[in-house]
Amino acid sequence: MTALRVVIVDDEEPARNRLRELLEDCRAELPHTIAGEAANGVEGLQIVTASEAEVVLVDIHMPQMSGIEFARHLQILERPPAVIFVTAHDRYAVEAFEVNAVDYLTKPVRAVRLLTALKKAATGARLTRGVLESIDPAPRRYFSVAERGRMTLVRVSDVVYLRAELKYVTLRTRGGEYLVEESLTQLEQEFGGVFVRIHRNCLVARQSIRGVERGAETEGEVGWSVVLEGVEEKLPVSRRQWAQVKSLVS
Amino acid sequence: MQSIRQNDLPDALPNFRNLGVMSRILVSVNALALLFALARSREIGEFAAKVTEIAGSLEPILLVVIILLYAGSTLLERLAYVHGLLAVLAIVLAVTAALFPLRTLLGGSGEGRELVWSLAHAALGTGAIAWYFHLRNRAFSPAISEARLQALQARIRPHFLFNTLNAVLSLIRKDPKRAEGALEDLAALFRTVMVDNRQLIALGDELSLCRQYLNLEQLRLGDRLRVDWRLDPAIEEALVPPMLLQPLVENAVYHGIEPGIAPGVIEVRIERRDDRLWLQLANPYHEDYQHRQGNHMALANIRERLKLHFDVEASLDTRIADGRYEIGIAMPYRTSL
Repeated sequence: MTALRVVIVDDEEPARNRLRELLEDCRAELPHTIAGEAANGVEGLQIVTASEAEVVLVDIHMPQMSGIEFARHLQILERPPAVIFVTAHDRYAVEAFEVNAVDYLTKPVRAVRLLTALKKAATGARLTRGVLESIDPAPRRYFSVAERGRMTLVRVSDVVYLRAELKYVTLRTRGGEYLVEESLTQLEQEFGGVFVRIHRNCLVARQSIRGVERGAETEGEVGWSVVLEGVEEKLPVSRRQWAQVKSLVS
Repeated sequence: MQSIRQNDLPDALPNFRNLGVMSRILVSVNALALLFALARSREIGEFAAKVTEIAGSLEPILLVVIILLYAGSTLLERLAYVHGLLAVLAIVLAVTAALFPLRTLLGGSGEGRELVWSLAHAALGTGAIAWYFHLRNRAFSPAISEARLQALQARIRPHFLFNTLNAVLSLIRKDPKRAEGALEDLAALFRTVMVDNRQLIALGDELSLCRQYLNLEQLRLGDRLRVDWRLDPAIEEALVPPMLLQPLVENAVYHGIEPGIAPGVIEVRIERRDDRLWLQLANPYHEDYQHRQGNHMALANIRERLKLHFDVEASLDTRIADGRYEIGIAMPYRTSL
């Protein structure tokens, strides 16, 4: 049996130290190596991607990116690692874990429980986006793009617009463009407060809208376009969405 | 009954040096007088005359009584409740009798029968006011017992307890000495919370409770938690309601430090200006994390207890400025009951 590659993600140093000690205690029974540890989800994702870890122990309550969002980003990897959540106390999350049969440990963690969870993780069922969303329906703070052994994270607040193209959605920020494999409808549901639909194929960040102007002719009639902060392009507004967009700019 | 009611506040005379208490006495006595005048008059014209007549004899008595109570308040507070009440009644009756000759100037007859009536009214009025303060005391009692319960729950807030235990466990193998210290802090914290916290305590004690709590949080948050103490050296003796600061410091850690990756500073500033004590607490404000609950319960409870102990002379305000959440408390500076 090859050694299991484990990554630890927790914002509190003593908690990481404790998990390391407990893993050490389990080593004789279940060979493993610690592939790395991180103090936040953003670093954690890079470490997991680079090390091709098989199991991640992740705290739920972390600043910047919660453990649940961290797990959601992992799911875009070709071979996502098994995730074991660790929490000091979160009644709601624990209930959701139970309902969805997701493995979790409570702090203080016991070595016996950790061992069982690790053994199960080696064979365990994979998490799905639906399960993670039902545990924490809060919108993500980042979009994630996986490419050649590394993961790029784009802050949701940096995105100016999202446009559907074939099976991908293009994220446009001031600095560049990224492709993500998601559906515009789901994105609209998740980020309804941040983005507004201006067209069948396009969502625009509410705070980036600078105004509207009479645009070029589309589909035989002269329509309106949205002028955006930070990008040159002007995006056409469909007739169906015009009323809503108009109420935002006036 | 004894055991059920043990969280009730024991009856005590109000603090006669408190502005709120004095105005409550003034307003309610005058309101009683108005009612009395209304009951004794049959038409509007007569009412005005009655009010003037009653006010003429009542106000001097009231003023002298309030001045005497103010002067004698430290002596009165040493007496048991019933004895204190009798002493107040004696003062009221004595003043009424002493000022009785004034009534002849206002057209009274000065007869013995009238003196007896005056004394009876004074006694009734005193009884009514005492009853009012008794009810008010009762009304605030739940706030006190709730504070105790809440403090208990807050300290045993699972989030804090389990995280702390976890941090202590992480120390046992490598740094047993520090683990010992941490467990001692935890025990001290729990002990303080579990004692009766109805009476005012020295601010110095409340501050050491806060330090024990912060030591424990420092253990797991490390560099992320920074505390800037700016304490006037002369404030240790000041009397404050127990658990006045600790819940606020705990909120500051929970809402201000934990959601941040970069180190955050909690600023505690306490100073005395003349006979007022000013406490200010500030922490980083994270707009994104406002869904974390628990803040308003603690604030509402502290506000209520300040009101109970200091009436209108204490205030608690909060504001958000320059990315920081600030709480300001102003209250009378007192070193003895």
